[in-house]
Amino acid sequence: MELDAKIPSGPIEKKWDKAKFDYKLVNPANKRKYSVIVVGTGLAGGSAAATLGELGYNVKAFCFQDSPRRAHSIAAQGGINAAKNYQNDGDSVYRLFYDTVKGGDYRAREANVYRLAQLSVNIIDQCVAQGVPFAREYGGLLANRSFGGAQVSRTFYARGQTGQQLLLGCYQQLERQIDAGRVQMYPRTEMLDVIVIDGKARGIVVRDLISGAISSHLADAVILATGGYGNVFYLSTNAKGSNVTASWRAHKKGALFANPCFTQIHPTCIPVSGEYQSKLTLMSESLRNDGRIWVPVKKGDKRPASQIPEAERDYYLERRYPSFGNLVPRDVASRAAKAACDEGRGVGETGLGVYLDFADSIKRLGKKTIEERYGNLFEMYDRITGEDPYSVPMRIFPAIHYTMGGLWVDYNLQSTIPGLFVLGEANFSDHGANRLGASALMQGLADGYFVIPYTLGNYLASAKLDKVEATHQEVKRSEQCTNEQVKRLLGIKGKRTVDSFHRELGKLMWEYCGMARNAKGLKFAGAKIAELEQEFWQNVNVVGDGGELNQSLEKAGRVADFFELGKLMCHDALVREESCGGHFREEYQTPEGEALRRDDEFAYVSAWGYRGAGNQPELNKEPLSFEYVHLAQRSYK
Amino acid sequence: MKLTLHVWRQKNAASQGKMERYEVEANEHMSFLEMLDVLNEELIGKGQEPVAFDHDCREGICGSCGFVINGVAHGPMPGTTVCQLHMRHFKAGDELYLEPWRASAFPVVKDLVVDRGAFDRIIASGGYISASTGSAPDANAVPIPKKYADLSMDAAQCIGCGACVAACPNASASLFTSAKISHLGVLPQGEPERRERALRMVATATAEGFGNCTNIGECEAVCPKGIRLEFIARMNRDYIQASWLQRQESSAGGVG
Repeated sequence: MELDAKIPSGPIEKKWDKAKFDYKLVNPANKRKYSVIVVGTGLAGGSAAATLGELGYNVKAFCFQDSPRRAHSIAAQGGINAAKNYQNDGDSVYRLFYDTVKGGDYRAREANVYRLAQLSVNIIDQCVAQGVPFAREYGGLLANRSFGGAQVSRTFYARGQTGQQLLLGCYQQLERQIDAGRVQMYPRTEMLDVIVIDGKARGIVVRDLISGAISSHLADAVILATGGYGNVFYLSTNAKGSNVTASWRAHKKGALFANPCFTQIHPTCIPVSGEYQSKLTLMSESLRNDGRIWVPVKKGDKRPASQIPEAERDYYLERRYPSFGNLVPRDVASRAAKAACDEGRGVGETGLGVYLDFADSIKRLGKKTIEERYGNLFEMYDRITGEDPYSVPMRIFPAIHYTMGGLWVDYNLQSTIPGLFVLGEANFSDHGANRLGASALMQGLADGYFVIPYTLGNYLASAKLDKVEATHQEVKRSEQCTNEQVKRLLGIKGKRTVDSFHRELGKLMWEYCGMARNAKGLKFAGAKIAELEQEFWQNVNVVGDGGELNQSLEKAGRVADFFELGKLMCHDALVREESCGGHFREEYQTPEGEALRRDDEFAYVSAWGYRGAGNQPELNKEPLSFEYVHLAQRSYK
Repeated sequence: MKLTLHVWRQKNAASQGKMERYEVEANEHMSFLEMLDVLNEELIGKGQEPVAFDHDCREGICGSCGFVINGVAHGPMPGTTVCQLHMRHFKAGDELYLEPWRASAFPVVKDLVVDRGAFDRIIASGGYISASTGSAPDANAVPIPKKYADLSMDAAQCIGCGACVAACPNASASLFTSAKISHLGVLPQGEPERRERALRMVATATAEGFGNCTNIGECEAVCPKGIRLEFIARMNRDYIQASWLQRQESSAGGVG
């Protein structure tokens, strides 16, 4: 398939202005004649639904949670980047753009990233106007902190709950539109298929999670903002309900899936404590501003941290990367932690952990300042581990956190199915092979508040959309397929629980398609997943029935899709014979053990097409060109 | 450690529920919900339906989870949602009674799952600042004294879990409602709609079937986010002031 990213012509700083002028407009009186479906109510979906409602479109919004306020954006802790340069420390739109392309290890599309950096400043204005209580200085002006991968302080934050406050801001705008009758909200409703008619996305099939009823909703366009797929690893920092189902079903209906192997491992999570573990908890990266990461110099040193003298500690990030120190990007910090543990220098009972130590900062700034900055994170750590990080260093270990890959979209955020738009983490476009901290919130809100309102209008004004009836055969066929899958899952009545399969899949993914990958392991994992998937369809036990709230059934449908995605991820990781960002192939590294990119052969986006169960996916390539940020080996030394 | 659980089982909103007794083997590192996961895996193994409970982030921030453990919303640890409650706070042989939030405004959906849609409707009736996308001035245009920004943030931390309602003998949503009224009301951006907001949100809470506040303070005691009673005082002040100052809005709009 020929992939047209539809990047506007002209110099990079004028592209978005040009696009906005070139886009066709829908006049205010006509907007109410169009209907739009938004799936997912996190930062991207919530902001899109609210803004499209404000503009006058008829919006239907869907989420599987009991309220749109609970989407997983709420758990983001550290902050949101914006090129405001309020600190007078040399920031600019261009620098944020540059840092993001470089941080993404040169696998993102320049034009999209530039637009993101431009819009970052509007986001902060918008959020403040909505009443988001960002941290402030005593003079009443906004405060900033620094974050990994940047040498300026451009991160805005609301204690350690920035995602919560931003999401509540957009949730409140969404509720305002619901009250005004412009958005109809469907909570506890899961999307299970996209309806494609005459090549265009015209609706979705959903299951009401309380009654079990399967029904269709039709519209002129469909927007997916359904988040990432980190839960394919079972253990991740994602919410338990986060899943790939909406994206995956769209993929099976023709939307290409881009760079699935680009997954982000977050360096600072609380280590795993046992087999029953159900999820991993992140400790915000902002902690690296004031915490120092170290392990003992000696292997197998089991002394408590307080008894290890300064000279026998290895502050390995400060040693290896003197200019960025503890603030290197996430992929670099994660691999360095893994290397230290692989050498036998890990700490804690399992040996899979490194220290994040605040003793020096507490000495320098006082306990009160540290408490103001990170109080809630310290409390959370204490609650989970039973240890007080004010007196003993935190133990942290990398965990799956974010997925840079996702449905392929063009500059207008439209997938390869016309009328199907994809926003936020669910798309692939802005973070390349590695996302910088505090940039996910920025992208979600940029897409929802400031990009889709323009690009959707252009689509609606240019597309010829015939009226679609609920009796259309495609609608019936999609509903029927969905019904059949539910029946099939309930009918297997095997011996194993859904979670036991999910856990096993997760272990395979983490072992062979996690922080470090190699060809042999990826081939092995691909075959193993196929076997496990086969067993799943013969031996899973989903109790209860389809006509009621059935949490096992919900999980079973999602895990079924994770199997298919897992195979594609391994395949993508196998074919990408280079290391870049979060994708580290052991065969491709520099003599110092850093990622070795192979730009001549792999400076492209892998956009995979679905060719039916059991068939090899089809690889489509979108070449990436770097006109502004010149390709270079990343260095944080 | 072996525990005895008595869990509220109710097939759906229409059916009668009752307590069922289970025994479960837990260990001290587990979270409370992981202990329930273990129970559910066992139940499924026996072909029985697992206990339904709401949960999502398991980090204490999404507000999905919550039920009553031995009469206390979110269980025995102060400032902690059930997903963050760990089993090291329990001991072998403990007998625990798990029940859903009880309030007529929160009908039971199934087992420990309740319908908290009323909270969304309270927010929809004014829990926002009307700031349409695109119309915002520069973020630093209006300085906000740190103490007000901090106070606003204290109130804004509410996760909407509903524990305050479950703990209140009147099933009042005052702590929840007042947290939003205070979050927005102490900021200059929230000032234009401050009175109207208080009037509408309080009216909606009443219409949804939540009771009045009689200053008992159970809500503050169980709130996992430390939302303070003083916000209820703030809400009452805004509400009373708004009721006094309420006057017919002029129907003459701007020119044009």
